[in-house]
Amino acid sequence: MNQAEKEAYLREYSILKNQGKPFFPYIVAKDAVMAVVVMAVIIFLSLYLGAELGPKADPTTTTYVPRPEWYFFFLFEVLRVVKPPAFTPFATIGVPTICMILLFLLPFYDRSPERRIERRPVALVSGIAVILAIAYLTYEGAAAGSPNQVDMKAPSTLTAAQVKTFDAGKLVVGQSGCLACHKLGENGNDGPGPQLTHIGSKLRPAAIAQTLYNPTAPMPSFKGLAQQYPQKFNDLVGFLSELQ
Amino acid sequence: MPKLPAPPLPKSLKPKPKRPGEGNGNGNGNGAVGLSHPVAEAGVSAVDWIDERTSLSGGIRWMLFRKVPRGVNWFYTLGSATMFAFLSQAVTGVFLAMYYRPDATGGAYESMRYITDQAFLGQFVRGMHKWGSSVMVILIFLHMARTFFFGAYKYPREMTWIIGVVLLILTMAMSFTGYLLPFDQRAYWATIVGVNINGTGPFIGPYLSDFLRAGPEFGATTLSRFYAIHMLLLPGLIIALIGAHLWLITKLGISAPPWLKGEPDPELEQTEV
Repeated sequence: MNQAEKEAYLREYSILKNQGKPFFPYIVAKDAVMAVVVMAVIIFLSLYLGAELGPKADPTTTTYVPRPEWYFFFLFEVLRVVKPPAFTPFATIGVPTICMILLFLLPFYDRSPERRIERRPVALVSGIAVILAIAYLTYEGAAAGSPNQVDMKAPSTLTAAQVKTFDAGKLVVGQSGCLACHKLGENGNDGPGPQLTHIGSKLRPAAIAQTLYNPTAPMPSFKGLAQQYPQKFNDLVGFLSELQ
Repeated sequence: MPKLPAPPLPKSLKPKPKRPGEGNGNGNGNGAVGLSHPVAEAGVSAVDWIDERTSLSGGIRWMLFRKVPRGVNWFYTLGSATMFAFLSQAVTGVFLAMYYRPDATGGAYESMRYITDQAFLGQFVRGMHKWGSSVMVILIFLHMARTFFFGAYKYPREMTWIIGVVLLILTMAMSFTGYLLPFDQRAYWATIVGVNINGTGPFIGPYLSDFLRAGPEFGATTLSRFYAIHMLLLPGLIIALIGAHLWLITKLGISAPPWLKGEPDPELEQTEV
């Protein structure tokens, strides 16, 4: 905005301001009504949904699947979508930082004097695009599982029963935190453990079960799982041996 | 000194101008309203006493009775609604702090148990604090969307926008640090992941996550650090910046709806011959 446009704005604004009403009581009354609505919504949410307290924090568990508060889901989803480790810093810090800087500098790169949104096509389109992107990512983040989830499709050669084992075992892999050290397809970290993408073609099911019983340190033994939940253990072995 | 705006009183309540010869003649002509009795004057003199020492009345009149542009609608209440949600968070937070112990090795979770299960209205107040944070985040985004689509961040309100963005970041930081405090499994693991994500950032990332954890590992002092940031550092910053935000709004005036044209009052354009 140049000096003439600034002065034109201030002149027009002072006319509109003089035609307006005093802040007290007219605007204060509206704000008070809104405050009552906000209070009512908060009290309703508190009474209706409450505040549950989960089990006590236990740093020794490795199977807990962390979930952020819902309004961080869109950030969480950006992290989940970007799989290659080289791009992870870009997704986690880069994207939010760039968005924040763009938000900060908005008054400096949008300098046109036009304020009506129907005459600011770039602002209208980018504003709606950002809202849709955040809504979509929040929805996806809410619907999808955690970063521990294994995102793999069962091969089409399997029978229905084998697909069932595949899906059940996939869940056990996610819950057991295998992805911290192993890579399965596009999921997880490449190392320190070996890649498991084609483990079924290298080891027979019995050998896989044996490795799970007596792993090389630092991998934890799955003996406990086999004794407590044999079905889960069998699904795990079944899933891994189906990874041809 | 510019004339300060007067309270918008209805006609029947406005003090009538003195008739000639009435009153004591030194300009303090309240005789007609009947404030001559000493008891009736006590309130007035107490206000006068404070005003003589602080000169507050000018600022209050400037703030309360300023005009707000024509056409201001319900979208303009989102900012004050956000501030109200923050006040609700502050009040419920004070009550939670009365019972909460930021002790990771035993106490934090137990004090949350006590608040949730035993303290009078404990779960209700905790629910208000928990859901109030969601309400505040929604309102702050709606307020920002209103500002964006109405072009209200443009000249001369650029500083108000920048302070608003800082307030948005601080609000997100509030909910991140507050998430750990219940110290249940969900809180613990989500915070571990969050701090590790911070650590992957370029340059300052590792330092930031070390600062948050109070060391290279998640330890006993991490919880009290999060607690101090959540209830001392961030609220102080937020209160100061809300003050600056409000001061700028009052000084510059609330932006007018962009679709209105400022035509001068036709009565003023009339020329009498």
